[in-house]
Amino acid sequence: MSELLLSAIFSENLALAYFLGMCTFLAVSRHFETAFGLGLAVIAVETITVPINNLIFTGFLADGALAWVGLEDINLGFLKLIASIGVIAATVQILEMVLDRFFPALYHALGIFLPLITVNCAILGASLFMLERHYTFSESVVYGFGSGLGWALAIWALAALRERVDENLVPEGLRGLGLAFILTGLMSMGFAVFGGLELG
Amino acid sequence: MNSVNPLHWWHVFLALPNTRPVKTIGVAFLVALVCSFSVALTAVTLKPLHDANRLRESAASLVEVMEALGLGMPVMRLVELASGDYVIHDPGTRVGLDPARGVAGLGKLETVATVYELHEGGRLKLVILPVRGAGYQSTLKGYLAVKGDLNTIAALTFNEQDETPGMGARIEEKKWQALWADKQVADESGVIRIEVVKGKGVGVHEMDGISGATRTVSGVTDLLRFWLGPDGYGPYLARLKSQED
Amino acid sequence: MNIKNKLLIEPIVATNPVTVHVLGICSALAVTTSLATALVMSASLIFVLCLSSTIISLIRHHIPTSIRLIIQITIIASLVIVVDLVLQAYLFEMSKRLSVFVGLIVSNCIVLGRAEAFAMKNPPGPSLLDGIGNGFGYAWILLAIGGVRELLAAGTLFGRTILPLADEGGWFVPLQLMALPPSAFILLGLLVWAVRSLRPEQKEVLPGTGNEEKVI
Repeated sequence: MSELLLSAIFSENLALAYFLGMCTFLAVSRHFETAFGLGLAVIAVETITVPINNLIFTGFLADGALAWVGLEDINLGFLKLIASIGVIAATVQILEMVLDRFFPALYHALGIFLPLITVNCAILGASLFMLERHYTFSESVVYGFGSGLGWALAIWALAALRERVDENLVPEGLRGLGLAFILTGLMSMGFAVFGGLELG
Repeated sequence: MNSVNPLHWWHVFLALPNTRPVKTIGVAFLVALVCSFSVALTAVTLKPLHDANRLRESAASLVEVMEALGLGMPVMRLVELASGDYVIHDPGTRVGLDPARGVAGLGKLETVATVYELHEGGRLKLVILPVRGAGYQSTLKGYLAVKGDLNTIAALTFNEQDETPGMGARIEEKKWQALWADKQVADESGVIRIEVVKGKGVGVHEMDGISGATRTVSGVTDLLRFWLGPDGYGPYLARLKSQED
Repeated sequence: MNIKNKLLIEPIVATNPVTVHVLGICSALAVTTSLATALVMSASLIFVLCLSSTIISLIRHHIPTSIRLIIQITIIASLVIVVDLVLQAYLFEMSKRLSVFVGLIVSNCIVLGRAEAFAMKNPPGPSLLDGIGNGFGYAWILLAIGGVRELLAAGTLFGRTILPLADEGGWFVPLQLMALPPSAFILLGLLVWAVRSLRPEQKEVLPGTGNEEKVI
């Protein structure tokens, strides 16, 4: 389990190793506060949706899963994509309402990027990886939390970097987005190093 | 009264404000209907092309295996897995597998499988068995070629896998696959001993691993043991052996 | 510039979805290892984008707000599945190389972003043009990066050798980094730098001067 957690956070980091969730990653990493809030939201959504998708798959969609209703020949696996998206959309919708009610400043700062978490490739990607690798329920919980945390760490790191860099003298054309791309490329090279570690 | 006219009802429906539940459910239902119909239509229409493509692709890797071994083309046979006998017809039935029995991550198993035999000078030279099993994050599919003694591996190739590039995906590399040649499946007492180990393998029953791909190669070990065991081609291979002796 | 030209021309550079709006990055990294994959990916995205924007625009007055997002996603997902099936039928080798990334068009921010920002509020004709414009804006970025990466990592373009490899008797020693994802990021950063140097109005101002650039 610890190996799963560590690899989800570092060597298989969804943002820096698999380049998932890049749109929000680059656009929201300009200010640390917003990035911090988005990172927390991603951790929450991942930790909730990955285990739920696991339950839905094993309970309803897997080959023979409907045996408890007497339909053991049915294989609804092809519905996993739309089912995962459905769960993610519902979770994000609820999270939006919670934020709007209790943390309105964060809600407004995140703007359009909160509903865009629904189609954030990182959230969907984590669920799809979990299904491909046939994780058990407890492994899904660990993986959901770990992959969310890894993505959040990456965006926190980049936001911290960009806040510092933005105060320095950068060539005008490179300022902002251009430099963010290059910084992320360098960070991903750094994180790729973890792929060479053998844990346990 | 023209209220029976469906076009009239359609206009009434469209004119409803979007906040009415009838409208909401109606729109959702219609969109789902049209979308699923279009997708299903495309899938069904294109199925023959898909099947042809996949067939051509697996045949191509089989041809590659044969050419690499410098041999002629084998003969295809249908085999009933449980008994190991030849059959003429594949009913296409599949049975569920009990996961507690070490089934290489497979959910269902076909009752009849396709195998390929090559005979030379009246003797069995090579048997090619399609194999598959769960890897780290995808299903591995390939061919296992076993020599006439039904214990020595001639080749193991993979033509379908979706493992991590640079690590698990390296099971498709020719250099690694070449190391399978002359590995032996079982020891003198018939116990299946073949295994992919971490690091370098020692002896004829151990195959070199791939660093960073531990779960993938343990999937390879599992699938080999399954297909060579009593639930896979075991009965078939035993019958062949008794014929040759 | 009349409205038609505006919709078609602006997304190429002035309001480019990738470099200005920061959308659609995920696939831009993974499929730019060669020109051929970049081309097929671009074509697939243009197809999905144009059709989804047009269809959503056609029914925009009848989509209840409460289910707006899921209706859009359903339409986009269906189009993506259709594209995937067509690729598997007619370009089987290519579809294997693209693997999951055609499927990931579902979550490509450009498609959903344009649906939400434009197609929901505009008639079908302009929506189609907006789709074409943004599609081509995305495409040229992918082709540029794909071309550079393929050329420097393998010495080929569309599979044809341009720079003979040293391994095969030529002089070109490939840059291995170009085959790895970080190079896509760095190239994209350099591309943005170049575009902004030529188009000063896209430059970002230092934060704190009160004139922050709007991202969307």
